[in-house]
Amino acid sequence: MLPTKFMRFALLGALVASAAASASAQMLINGAGATFPQQIYTKWFDEYQKIDPSVRFNYQGIGSGGGQKQILAETVDFGASDGPMSDENLAKAPRTLWHLPTVAGAVVVSYNLEGSPAINLDGPTLAAIFLGTVNKWNDPMIVALNPDAKLPAADIVVVHRSDGSGTSFIFTDYLSNVSPDWKSKVGKGTSVSWPVGLGGKGNAGVAGQVKQTPGAIGYVELAYAHQNKLPFASMKNAKGVFMAPTLDSVTAALAAATIPEDFRFSMVNSPGETAYPISGTTWLLVYAEQKDHARGEKLVQFLRWAYSDGEKLAAGLDYAPLPDAVVKRALDRVQAIKY
Amino acid sequence: MTDSPQPSNPLPAPGSQGPDIAFKWAAAFAAATIIALIILVGWELYAGSRLALAKFGASFLWSTEWDPVTDKYGALPFIFGTLVSSLLALLIAVPLGVATALFLTELAPQKLRQPIVMAIEMLAAVPSVIFGLWGIFVLIPWLRDHLFVWLKHYLGFLPLFQGPIYGVSMLAAGITVAIMILPIITSISREILRSVPNLQREAAYALGATRWEVLKIAVLSYARRGLFGAAILGLGRALGETMAVTMVIGNRPQIAASLFAPGYTLASVIANEFTEATTDLYLNSLFELGLVLLAVTILVNVAAQIMLKSMTGGSPIKVN
Repeated sequence: MLPTKFMRFALLGALVASAAASASAQMLINGAGATFPQQIYTKWFDEYQKIDPSVRFNYQGIGSGGGQKQILAETVDFGASDGPMSDENLAKAPRTLWHLPTVAGAVVVSYNLEGSPAINLDGPTLAAIFLGTVNKWNDPMIVALNPDAKLPAADIVVVHRSDGSGTSFIFTDYLSNVSPDWKSKVGKGTSVSWPVGLGGKGNAGVAGQVKQTPGAIGYVELAYAHQNKLPFASMKNAKGVFMAPTLDSVTAALAAATIPEDFRFSMVNSPGETAYPISGTTWLLVYAEQKDHARGEKLVQFLRWAYSDGEKLAAGLDYAPLPDAVVKRALDRVQAIKY
Repeated sequence: MTDSPQPSNPLPAPGSQGPDIAFKWAAAFAAATIIALIILVGWELYAGSRLALAKFGASFLWSTEWDPVTDKYGALPFIFGTLVSSLLALLIAVPLGVATALFLTELAPQKLRQPIVMAIEMLAAVPSVIFGLWGIFVLIPWLRDHLFVWLKHYLGFLPLFQGPIYGVSMLAAGITVAIMILPIITSISREILRSVPNLQREAAYALGATRWEVLKIAVLSYARRGLFGAAILGLGRALGETMAVTMVIGNRPQIAASLFAPGYTLASVIANEFTEATTDLYLNSLFELGLVLLAVTILVNVAAQIMLKSMTGGSPIKVN
């Protein structure tokens, strides 16, 4: 009995294997990394499948750390990261590795106050709140920015992300930019040693804790805040204008940011007149010279499509598209990829 | 007689040792796999944490700093959080679980037993993340507005119940984990109590004992070792619980006397920070936290075994 059963099993296995082989006539391009842009990337790959059915993209949102590691080890065709790679990590690349910005996002400061009054904040005040030096809602620093709002004498409960995230990177990058105190005591990173506050897991964790805790203040991704209708603060930008976080004010921030040759830039506290200051971008990590001709060609074709038609899909998913000037520069870089 | 059907699977000839030997080796192999797995996990964790081990040495264990920006790492607040939240969970779940098991085996009317057992088993099937969400949206608001306020009012003279109340806290984590380990403790305790021979009870009754005395003298003291084993299995789950804990504990690496203060556990910080860890030392330190968690789990179990031995005079845990 046993041998025949085993043979049937083996036969089944062979069938499955051959089915898989016939499906792999379609080229599979693998990518891995950041979770923040996962929604738009998935959308892009879906749409692109309709344009070029001969190639299929597989993207694993394993986090920026994993994305950087995998592209360095060349186990994927492209990586993705919410923060630019450090010089130290970039030096580990076997060949020239390029950063390509894809879409931008913003970090929204949300809070829980009775009646949800609209409030204004500026960089130094926000840094002081997250440092714990301003810990009452009626602190003179906050009152000075909001002369008309009714602010209670309640304690401020700070809520931050507990998981490593690009959102935390943009937020701490901004605080480091506007507050020397923050820069020297805490610094910027996907995870930092928070001086005060509670940690919530993911946007949902932070938003949940802010909603649950009277007097709480926290930060979440723009898309998440929009979709869940959270109250948010307007932030004073570098030109002294209070800006609400919108896709337009994020694109404006990107347009006014200084972008270096290698695209590893920070766009927080951008000097644009209508720029929202807590904004950041996310990158694809691609080798300047592709090892495999056929795969490299498909990847470049896809990137060209992403920068022309793909960008138009961004706003629908609450990502800010890149301004035209940046798209043009990125496209030049894509054209220079050798395969 | 010639057409009598042949047995399709004839028994081996008398005296053949083949199947016996094959079974012995197969069983030995299965047992060895488990040992090999633990050694492999330990080795991989060690190999993954070499950089951190070399850089921080033993000070990793008592340093309280965890700062990815300056690349300084220490495990003490996480070890503290893991032990305290698990201990709280045990303190709540063991009395509750054993009492439930006693009720089910000794006191409850037959009709009630099966429905309650099913309800407990359903509790075991609820995924961890659901407990976490329920914790955030249902349990924590209630704790913050009622239980914690009450505790602070009546027991506020103790350092355990002082300080600001946020809701998310070590105590909230302990309560959540207690609910999660309740099913395993209850079902094992029930099996153990059921295995207490009726002779024990009858003998106690014959001596004129009341119902409570029967439970105390005949049942609980007989089942003591097994119940201790049930608690250890629950503790094992509590130490490694990740998702639900990270959602209710507040994720703050600090060592605070107050149970209202937020904390952090080893398993939670690994789950939280692993995906975005970009520097080698950072990643190595997270691996070392895994190694520490493995060591803590083993040490706690060994300590429990020693306690058990001193309690019962050398005989192993009796689970059945």
